[in-house]
Amino acid sequence: MVQMTINGKVVKAPDGEMLLTVIRRQGIDVPALCDHAAVEPCGSCRMCLVEITREDWNGWKKYVTSCLYPSENGLIVSTHTPELQEIRRNIMDLYLARCPGSELVQKMAEEYGLTRTSYKTIPEGDNCIMCYACTRICEVLGRNAISAVHRGHAKVISGPFDDPPPDCIGCLSCANICPTDVIEWHDQDGTRAIWGRTFDLISCRQCGKGIITRDFAEYLKEKRQIPADYFEICDDCKRVELARKMGGLVDLAKEVAS
Amino acid sequence: MRIDSIEKLDKWRKECRRTFEAPKRKVIVCLGEGCLANGSEEVFNEFKKLVAEKKIPDVTVESVAKTGCHGFCALGPLVIIEPDGTFYTKVSKGDVAKIVDKTLIGHEIIDKLLYTDAKTAEKVANYEKIPFYARQQRISLRHCGTIDPHKITDYIAVGGYAALGKALTTMTPQQVIDEITKSGLRGRGGAGFPTGKKWATCAKAPADVHYVICNGDEGDPGAFSDRTTMGSDPHSVLEGMIICAYAVGSHQGYIYVREEYPLAVVTLQKAIDEAKQHGLLGEHILGTELSFDIKISRGGGAFVCGESSALMRSVAGEVGEPRAKYIRSVIKGLHDQPTVLNNVETYATVPAIVERGADWFAGIGTKKSTGTKVFSLAGKIKNTGLVEVPMGITLREIIFDIGGGVPDGRKFKAVQTGGPSGGCLPEGKIDLPVDFDSLTEAGSMMGSGGMVIMDDRTCMVEVARYFLSFLVSESCGKCVPCREGLYQLRELCAKVCDGEATEEDLALMERLAKTIKVGSLCGLGQSGPNPFLSTLLYFRDEYLAHIRDKKCPGGVCRKLITYAITDACTGCMACISVCPVHAITGERKKKHVLDKNICDRCGSCYAVCKFDAIEIS
Ligand SMILES: Cc1cc2nc3c(=O)[nH]c(=O)nc-3n(C[C@H](O)[C@H](O)[C@H](O)COP(=O)(O)O)c2cc1C
Ligand code: SF4
Ligand code: SF4
Ligand code: SF4
Ligand code: FES
Ligand code: FES
Repeated sequence: MVQMTINGKVVKAPDGEMLLTVIRRQGIDVPALCDHAAVEPCGSCRMCLVEITREDWNGWKKYVTSCLYPSENGLIVSTHTPELQEIRRNIMDLYLARCPGSELVQKMAEEYGLTRTSYKTIPEGDNCIMCYACTRICEVLGRNAISAVHRGHAKVISGPFDDPPPDCIGCLSCANICPTDVIEWHDQDGTRAIWGRTFDLISCRQCGKGIITRDFAEYLKEKRQIPADYFEICDDCKRVELARKMGGLVDLAKEVAS
Repeated sequence: MRIDSIEKLDKWRKECRRTFEAPKRKVIVCLGEGCLANGSEEVFNEFKKLVAEKKIPDVTVESVAKTGCHGFCALGPLVIIEPDGTFYTKVSKGDVAKIVDKTLIGHEIIDKLLYTDAKTAEKVANYEKIPFYARQQRISLRHCGTIDPHKITDYIAVGGYAALGKALTTMTPQQVIDEITKSGLRGRGGAGFPTGKKWATCAKAPADVHYVICNGDEGDPGAFSDRTTMGSDPHSVLEGMIICAYAVGSHQGYIYVREEYPLAVVTLQKAIDEAKQHGLLGEHILGTELSFDIKISRGGGAFVCGESSALMRSVAGEVGEPRAKYIRSVIKGLHDQPTVLNNVETYATVPAIVERGADWFAGIGTKKSTGTKVFSLAGKIKNTGLVEVPMGITLREIIFDIGGGVPDGRKFKAVQTGGPSGGCLPEGKIDLPVDFDSLTEAGSMMGSGGMVIMDDRTCMVEVARYFLSFLVSESCGKCVPCREGLYQLRELCAKVCDGEATEEDLALMERLAKTIKVGSLCGLGQSGPNPFLSTLLYFRDEYLAHIRDKKCPGGVCRKLITYAITDACTGCMACISVCPVHAITGERKKKHVLDKNICDRCGSCYAVCKFDAIEIS
């Protein structure tokens, strides 16, 4: 355990735990757009910046992203100085120019009193906030199918060389984690389309609904040793079946409760 | 032949020196990259051919030698006749026969081929008397232009690998580190971090594997000093790295070479192979316990790949994108192992320090910036090229004495130092001593040693816009302040250039610049607003002229200027033929007329007029 000071209060935390986690545990709300519990921090949004200093720094201070800075003894952390709020406001102002249609961005910008951007709205902008949650979850999954391609302002999330990603298995993890819902996909006639690719879906033996792509099922079978017949019936039908089996019990429980 | 002891090295050196110094007279042809591009290989071959044919008593085929770059590429191909030091410029294949007859046989100097002093307009015969060279002090570039980079024997002849021998046999690793620390050497790649301190931290970091990497990415488009060193004196870089490996305990090194430098790669690889053959690299170097290998890693082709964390990812085969980290790479670098990363020039300086001692080096330059620094002079300056000068020399000495000042009778306006994310310094700062801290204090930086000189026909807002554009296209795009912020800052600069910005825009730009500086993930973003901030600091008037008066004092911003023809016009008709929109009319020998309403303000007429008769207002 190490001892630090956060906004004037003495706080204990495990050595090396990221500052953002410690700060949040204190009930302090530090904004973060690229942080996600399921993946490693990446430091792209810069909203979680905090100011740090130490007794022996003689007044010298620096700004660090709290999602990436490990706790250490003697740190003195400030999370909401006027300078920090100004930086965060400016960053949201920039986001607003890039992703004017994103509700998430709009909501967060509003907290800084911004309803429209001070900058030029970017014509080719979309709602992707470049938080890398999708690429990181895909990496966690072991597929690494998508990444950020091109440089600078033209950077987009896509497959290698901006082509449909050959390693994608259509698992939807990226679409599900995306905080701004910009990853397009749809299921139709037993197939799933995502990232410019189309996958066969395994359909539920009972209701016929698409459950999972064949590629994903095979990947899980191989990597996680999940039996192949596990995916023959969809979760809904499994639940219905379970309910039917346990039907008598449920009715009994209802009676007792009332 | 394997050189496995100091005694063998000394013996070998004697042989190499004998061969190197054998020819009484030497014809040195520069085959550096600049001169090569101007056809110096043909010149070299022609010399070989004619010298063989003519059978001159004191000039043999062995007397015709090739070397790497002399730093004065704009005047290439260069030929130097030793021992007189006769310095011929812009030599073509056709000139060779004349040089052989007149100079080599007849001992006569050919005036036409001599260098003309930029200041006095006099011809200078001996190259040591040319101010461009006379004022330089060459440490890092000590062998550039004196040896053939493809011959390890040349390097040995001029004292190569003696420093390595000294370190391995008479010093402990700690003593090497102490020597480098005492010399005050600071990294030449940009930030000026003390090299000895870096080595000491890496040496102390507990791990089985330590790496030594040389940063030859040289992303600054105006700089070419690292290319020159790698291509003209590769063994100095290798020797510096091997000494570092001994100091920090490393077995594997990498040289990260910029994608666009294929010739440097060839030269370095040849040097590595030759060093290995002779036991100066690889297993049991010089017969000692030290084993160290060097591999070349080709750059990812982006400016940001020169940044340390991006570079290390690129060497490891990943995407060259900076990584947010708060653990320094000396402790956790390549493959998460302790790693020393130094610039080409830093390594090339190390052998000289080890050989001549820390006190000698610390005695050059200033107290906090010791030694010398190489600068690439470019832009509006008479002598463009590569110069190495002691730290602490003033900008004035570099630009006016060595560089010969601004050409075409124009006035000096500003100098941009430190590469694209450096800053612009005005005439008022011309007596600033050039060292790490003075440049930073003045709002610029040392960076890679690029110096772009600008004359009075430069618009500083346009300059800021230009460099910001470069940074926008080189930002890796990972973090928001840099990716979006630099883009918006560039757009706002363009708005100022177009005369459409307000004072509120300027205030917004200042706020934005601060956010980018503080908020960005890596050095590119953190220094990205410098072109804007430094021009604003010294040339705020110029910004305000664009904003308030809708005027461009530099006469550059197209939307804010008008062209007109003055009475100086002789009616030569040159402008008529170049104007793409046919805005100029007139008869031969009569004053021409320029129609402002048609004029597209492209400046073609201005560039072509020999009589200064086009006026910009
Ligand atoms: C965007 C960016 C680009 C850089 N490019 C280079 C480069 O091309 N060459 C170089 O030596 N250092 C470059 N650096 C500096 C390196 O990160 C590093 O500090 C340097 O190589 C360390 O060597 P030194 O201590 O010998 O200077 C760059 C830094 C940044 C932020
Ligand atoms: S759907 Fe494709 S890209 Fe998305 S997480 Fe799954 S494998 Fe990766
Ligand atoms: S697509 Fe979504 S998850 Fe991926 S980077 Fe963009 S906003 Fe983040
Ligand atoms: S500061 Fe710029 S170059 Fe550096 S990580 Fe951020 S976006 Fe990439
Ligand atoms: S949450 Fe830390 S940088 Fe985005
Ligand atoms: S290449 Fe010949 S002087 Fe530079």
